[in-house]
Amino acid sequence: MVHARVPGTKGLENYLAIFGSREKKLLQAEPSWLTHLRKTAIERFSNLGFPTAQNEYWKYTNVAPIAETRFDFVPNQTLPEISIQQLETFMFGHPEWPRLVFVNGKYLESLSSQTSQTDHLRISNLRSVLGSGSKVFESYLARIASFEENSFAALNTALMDDGAFIYIPEGKVLDKPIHLMFVSLTQNGALTSQPRTLIVAGKNSKVRVIESYASLCGGSYFTNAVTEVFVGENASVEHYKLQRESERAFHIGTTEAYQSTGSKLASFSIDLGGKLVRNNLTVGLHEEGSECELNGLYYVSGEEHVDNTTFIDHPKPCGVSRQLYKGLISGKGRAVFFGKVYVHKNAHHTDAAQTNKNLLLSEGATVDTRPQLEILNDDVKCTHGAAVGQLDEEMIFYLKTRGIGDREAERLLSYGFAREVIERVRIEAVRTELDRLLLARLQDCAYFAWRDRMKK
Amino acid sequence: MVNQAKALIDREYKWGFVTNVEADAAPKGLSEEIIRFISKKKNEPAFMLEWRLNAYRRWIKMEPPTWQHVYYPPIDYQGIIYYSAPKLKKDRPKSLGEVDQEILETYEKLGIPLEEQKRLVGVAVDAVFDSVSVATTFKEKLAERGIIFCSFSEAVQNHPDLVQKYLGSVVPYADNFYATLNSAVFSDGSFCYIPKGVRCPMELSTYFRINAADTGQFERTLIVAEEGSYVSYLEGCTAPIRDVNQLHAAVVELVALEGATIKYSTVQNWYPGDKNGKGGIYNFVTKRGKCAGANSKISWTQVETGSAITWKYPSVILQGDHSIGEFYSVALTNNHQQADTGTKMIHIGKNTRSTIISKGIAARFGSNTYRGLVKVMPKAENARNYTQCDSLLMGDKCAANTFPYIEVLNRSAKVEHEASTSKISEDQLFYLRQRGISPENAVSIIINGFCKEVFKNLPMEFAVEASKLLGVSLEGAVG
Amino acid sequence: MNLMLEIKNLHVSIEGKQILKGIDLKISAGEVHAIMGPNGSGKSTLTQVLAGNEKYEVTKGEVIYQGKNLLELSPEVRAREGVFLAFQYPVEIPGVSNAYFLKAALNEIRSAKGLEEMDAVEFLELLKEKMKLVEMDSSFTNRPVNEGFSGGEKKRNEILQMAVLEPTLGVLDETDSGLDIDALKIVAQGVNRLRRKDRSFLVVTHYQRLLNYIIPDFVHVLVGGRMVRSGGKDLAFQLEEKGYDWVKVEPEVSEEHVK
Repeated sequence: MVHARVPGTKGLENYLAIFGSREKKLLQAEPSWLTHLRKTAIERFSNLGFPTAQNEYWKYTNVAPIAETRFDFVPNQTLPEISIQQLETFMFGHPEWPRLVFVNGKYLESLSSQTSQTDHLRISNLRSVLGSGSKVFESYLARIASFEENSFAALNTALMDDGAFIYIPEGKVLDKPIHLMFVSLTQNGALTSQPRTLIVAGKNSKVRVIESYASLCGGSYFTNAVTEVFVGENASVEHYKLQRESERAFHIGTTEAYQSTGSKLASFSIDLGGKLVRNNLTVGLHEEGSECELNGLYYVSGEEHVDNTTFIDHPKPCGVSRQLYKGLISGKGRAVFFGKVYVHKNAHHTDAAQTNKNLLLSEGATVDTRPQLEILNDDVKCTHGAAVGQLDEEMIFYLKTRGIGDREAERLLSYGFAREVIERVRIEAVRTELDRLLLARLQDCAYFAWRDRMKK
Repeated sequence: MVNQAKALIDREYKWGFVTNVEADAAPKGLSEEIIRFISKKKNEPAFMLEWRLNAYRRWIKMEPPTWQHVYYPPIDYQGIIYYSAPKLKKDRPKSLGEVDQEILETYEKLGIPLEEQKRLVGVAVDAVFDSVSVATTFKEKLAERGIIFCSFSEAVQNHPDLVQKYLGSVVPYADNFYATLNSAVFSDGSFCYIPKGVRCPMELSTYFRINAADTGQFERTLIVAEEGSYVSYLEGCTAPIRDVNQLHAAVVELVALEGATIKYSTVQNWYPGDKNGKGGIYNFVTKRGKCAGANSKISWTQVETGSAITWKYPSVILQGDHSIGEFYSVALTNNHQQADTGTKMIHIGKNTRSTIISKGIAARFGSNTYRGLVKVMPKAENARNYTQCDSLLMGDKCAANTFPYIEVLNRSAKVEHEASTSKISEDQLFYLRQRGISPENAVSIIINGFCKEVFKNLPMEFAVEASKLLGVSLEGAVG
Repeated sequence: MNLMLEIKNLHVSIEGKQILKGIDLKISAGEVHAIMGPNGSGKSTLTQVLAGNEKYEVTKGEVIYQGKNLLELSPEVRAREGVFLAFQYPVEIPGVSNAYFLKAALNEIRSAKGLEEMDAVEFLELLKEKMKLVEMDSSFTNRPVNEGFSGGEKKRNEILQMAVLEPTLGVLDETDSGLDIDALKIVAQGVNRLRRKDRSFLVVTHYQRLLNYIIPDFVHVLVGGRMVRSGGKDLAFQLEEKGYDWVKVEPEVSEEHVK
């Protein structure tokens, strides 16, 4: 991804200044490899600048509102008292799951539970590892999510202050999912958080990780998250990202995964909130016979803008990738999907299938979709499909003849459309919660559709 | 049909001979003087010169596009001859009898005899040799119905009002780098006007031939179909084998008024370069049609087998309500050929429909990219699009890319895109071989089946024409 | 009698897995042999190997067909020499009409025999006549090969092809599977009309049902990649009655006794 450089935007200056003010302190506290990494990253960020529409990968998503807002970065802020009860609504009814809680990017030990700090299993916050001299941490951090062409990843790498580090050693199977909760709480002034997550799953291990991004009291803020996932040989990772930021929030997320021989990754990206959202998801099937399954569901309403940009890289033979992204767009919402599947010369027996489907639920809802296949090997089976449409009128009619009202019919059918993704969720509690959230949001949808009709 | 695909995949270029005619050419390079020279040579009215100069002044400030998935060294635009015409006994041949015998023989060799008695009934041909039109057949017969079919130069002389009205109305002179270059220097091409309510009684065709070395070919075609009229049009192209690359930057504009239908078919067979990628035509073409009136229809069918590089996106602007746009394409890239081709369907009017069927075949080192835009504008109620793109790969050095762009700004739109990429199925090959068919023929049978949806859209009259151009026969002779 | 096909100690594997473990079989001209066996016994493998599918690896043994080493020949040469396989799962070939495909095949086989190619008119006449044999309606000619055909239509299409190409050795791989009784009769009748003194058949089936209509001269039972029994047509009835366990158990028992 090559970003056209736009020097001198307000945001750029702002972040350079933030880095400058932190640099000295970090230099003293952190190992030299990390300081070096941060310096390289801020330099890259400064060179790349914020992407503009000239950049093919940002053609449909304008990040000027982010670039032009002066967000404060205060990792060590004083937070008001937050009780665990306030977070319960985000916990899928399972407070016993291992949990790390971050508020405005700051780790709160008092709200976290079941963490583990040993070399045999790490479920800990990033900051606690920084000084630990962990070799695993050093050898994986920033090795998977490249910031060479991604200015948001560069910014996060330069500024990251805390986040999660999960290390599952060889052969370990974790039965409980790990829940990472990134909660925003707006006080005075617009804040940014730069959470960083590193997941390393050793050979033959199994782990499930849920990342939740949520807001406690609404308001405007900017989350710039980066997650790196290493899936070891024959390991299996399920990764869930549930984004329900406030309706005024900006969320840019970069998730990159490296897959080893015979490994399996199932990824779920669920967007139910945010004003301007962009998810970059990159999965590299870097070793033979690895498989990934990427699922996405986005519900875009009001004047929200949600962009899912995914890249599936097939450099080695016998890789299998499956992708299904579905979207419901209502109000004046805009959804963007860009999905590239790249099959290298040597990647014979690649099997890739990609689908993106969108339902437009109201006047003013728009969508841009670009599935892309780039194939340099002849011994492959690759397909992609994209569709944009509306609810089937015959189906609505059918439901109506059975006595179901207009709004309810729309709601049912939209729900049915989205179910295909939700059904793939393997954790029952998450599936149930998504069901509930979706139905709750669909009432908005019916509301918007109804309002639009009133306007006519 | 068997032979056709065989010829497609593994053939020698049969149209690579050079005709020895004296040419009347401009000096190499491009400047305002050259443009004035071209305009003067063609005895053009002032509006034409002004249009060309506007384009030229615009062009010198433009950069060549870089987003397409093709690679070639920078073109030296000052090394090209922008005007080359076979030297004629008089200014223009008034009848076929006056066309240089060498040129008539060239077209005979190409399988396009220009003498009317030898022609297929029902096909009128405009033959463009390097920069100028050398002959148009069946002109008088068409004129009886009020149809104008002539070279662009003649149209400028005889129908300046029509030219002025429609030239640049679909592809403005500032449209893109190559179209702007074309607007500045285009030397000839075909012009076609179908009056209100007339169904053109025969297929019209233009046959393009690049002959001279170091020349670029910059023809411009303009077709206007008035209310309720119908025309089917075919273009074919060949060029001699030369080991330097030659530039072909054409512009085609189609205007379909209310209830009119234009069917435009292309069999593009420019010299593709040799096995090592030396030589060949750079085919950088802008083709666009406008469904200006309600219930109008524009249908593009292309069979792209030639050229070192093909860069073209025959498009339809669906402005009229209930208008229809279609794009059927077969693009084959063999050896070192590269193609970045597809279409744009811009839905503006209400209840507009478009269909895109694209079949790409990449063999050896060939690179084949489908790039297509389907855009539904905010007021385009009930727009419908169906797109299907399939790619076949033959050999492990080739590449196939599928890059659709779908932009929907109206909620009532239904847009569907499906694509697949695979190699020829081993099971299909085995099945055919078990019935005694050789592996080569089995491959070509499968490829022809793969392309059938596109081939069947070529007009019947041109099925024969196309097969001659490809040196092959179409399926349908049996069964 | 004139020996047409001889299979000697044939061992075949696919992706490293041994499927056939030493098959011996002799078929003389004019004979109909049936091979029966449970699922996974290697029946289809045998037919694919005879037709020359390169997915299968012959690890040992030989196949002599009309005095030639069949295994050395490419699939199309085998077809031109008269080996025809009616596939269990005929593939679909989109966009290629049935008639065109068959004409191409017939003319390749004819020219290999030194015969003149058949022109479109002659061919269509021949095709029409052969189609009556399997009761196919004329719309089949223009439809793409096997595309959108029902299971029964595909099988009838295989027999039609056999009737047009007139092979010397017809190999039928579970041609009866998925057919209702009427379709089965049509297919069997098609095969029976093709029986000749100089033409042999190898009919592979899971059920005895087909053999009520195509009466075999010999029946062989294939289990676990080996021929465990051979006999006359009565063997098929015995199998139908007693099931495959009957033949499966017996050789194992006898081996036990040897020990």
